[in-house]
Amino acid sequence: MLIKRPDDIKPSEITAEGIYRQRRHFLGTAAATTALLATGGLLLPQREVVAATDLRPLGSLTKSPFSTTEKPNSVEEITRYNNFYEFGTGKEDPAKYAHTLNTEPWSVTIAGEVEKPGRYTLEDILQPHPLEERIYRLRCVEAWSMVIPWVGFPLADLIKRFTPTSRARYVEFVTLHDPEQMPGQRRPTLDWPYVEGLRIDEAMHPLTILAVGLYGKELPKQNGAPLRLVVPWKYGFKSIKSIVAIRFTEQMPVSTWSRSNPREYGFYSNVNPEVRHPRWSQQRERRIGEFRKRETLPFNGYAEQVAHLYSGMDLKKNF
Amino acid sequence: MNINHIKSLIFIALLLPLLWLGYGAWSGTLGANPIEAITRTLGDWALRFLLLTLTVTPLRRVSGWGWPMRLRRMLGLYAFFYALLHLGSYIVLDQFFYWPEIGSDIIKRPFITIGMASFLMLIPLAVTSTDRWMHRLGRNWRRLHKLVYPIAIGAVTHYLMLAKVLTLEPLLYAVILVVLLLARLKPRQKSPIT
Repeated sequence: MLIKRPDDIKPSEITAEGIYRQRRHFLGTAAATTALLATGGLLLPQREVVAATDLRPLGSLTKSPFSTTEKPNSVEEITRYNNFYEFGTGKEDPAKYAHTLNTEPWSVTIAGEVEKPGRYTLEDILQPHPLEERIYRLRCVEAWSMVIPWVGFPLADLIKRFTPTSRARYVEFVTLHDPEQMPGQRRPTLDWPYVEGLRIDEAMHPLTILAVGLYGKELPKQNGAPLRLVVPWKYGFKSIKSIVAIRFTEQMPVSTWSRSNPREYGFYSNVNPEVRHPRWSQQRERRIGEFRKRETLPFNGYAEQVAHLYSGMDLKKNF
Repeated sequence: MNINHIKSLIFIALLLPLLWLGYGAWSGTLGANPIEAITRTLGDWALRFLLLTLTVTPLRRVSGWGWPMRLRRMLGLYAFFYALLHLGSYIVLDQFFYWPEIGSDIIKRPFITIGMASFLMLIPLAVTSTDRWMHRLGRNWRRLHKLVYPIAIGAVTHYLMLAKVLTLEPLLYAVILVVLLLARLKPRQKSPIT
């Protein structure tokens, strides 16, 4: 059998060196890309499963005329996007790290210009108060906002029980200070413990509540369990979390943020689109879950109920 | 693997943060505030690539290697690319072309003023990054590209001022930048022992 062999490889069949090199280069690159993409896949952003929390339901709740009819944000949004520097400065840090907070047992010290001072267990604090649902807007100083279905009771009801003296002009609140439980406190991010304050008439206002839950269940730790303040017409940082002390004072308390930066954070910190913050224009805000920003309303839309508290005050000076 | 392979690999690797963000946006896994996450991540990478660009010269000096030099332009252009996307994300996603607020942000919010200034200075560097411009500008090219120092200082300051409190990450970048700048103060060559 005759096997014919070509005399030679035709010149046209020879791959030019340049092209040959290009091919190898291309193949190499393609292989490398695949490898990189595969590795990258392991690091892709993933939706962490929200732990099927064992948060206790809070039973039947009274609806409140103060609730907004706006659509509340999802549990996931409310519990995974938090400013709670006691657990880190990242928005997702509290959801990740707040599990180290031990809320049982919990006690609250009532002190200062008050007739019944003392250290009370959380049960004693909560026992007489029927719980209501309060769906409030929350406006963060960082120009984002949410709608949150809190569960709580009017702070005024608690204040009346402990009968402040006539010298009590302000109420000061203090968060737990325990770096063991609150890893963020191991760093001097802020001057721990976190302190906030209200004028007594602000504290007595029917919109001001102490919250113990959200979405009908007890508060997740990252949202300030077991007891937090909610003052819906002020920037979110006024609504102090995980409260261990309530003190009635004659002098205006120095809140943690105004101590940290008095130029940027005043005592009142009412939501006010006219007073701009050096870092954020306060004219507009992004409602979490929405794309376009919306106009920020004076007193976060609660002007009708609270503007009279500040009549005659220059709110640009008293920001 | 020769330098061209390495370059191709790095070229693709540097696109990964963008792919990561794209995937995150598509799958809805960027958290409750995806716009903030996108803007912040793009800014993070712009700064990282900028600092990497500044690492090339000291690295070459310390190690004596020539190859990092061949990556410098690509790193610098990537820094520009991510800075451009970072700014774009702010204008399009965050503000949605709401020019009154963008304008007042640039004027009244120092961290944005500084960030914007740094970005503007990056533009001529990106434009003149080609061989043609290098030849055309001659000695002035090096002078012009010294702008990278105020840009880097501006970028780190932008980040430092953004946070409400001092946090670890921008401080870390500040330290890295200081080290990279100090590394340039050293004499180019040790004087030969006589």
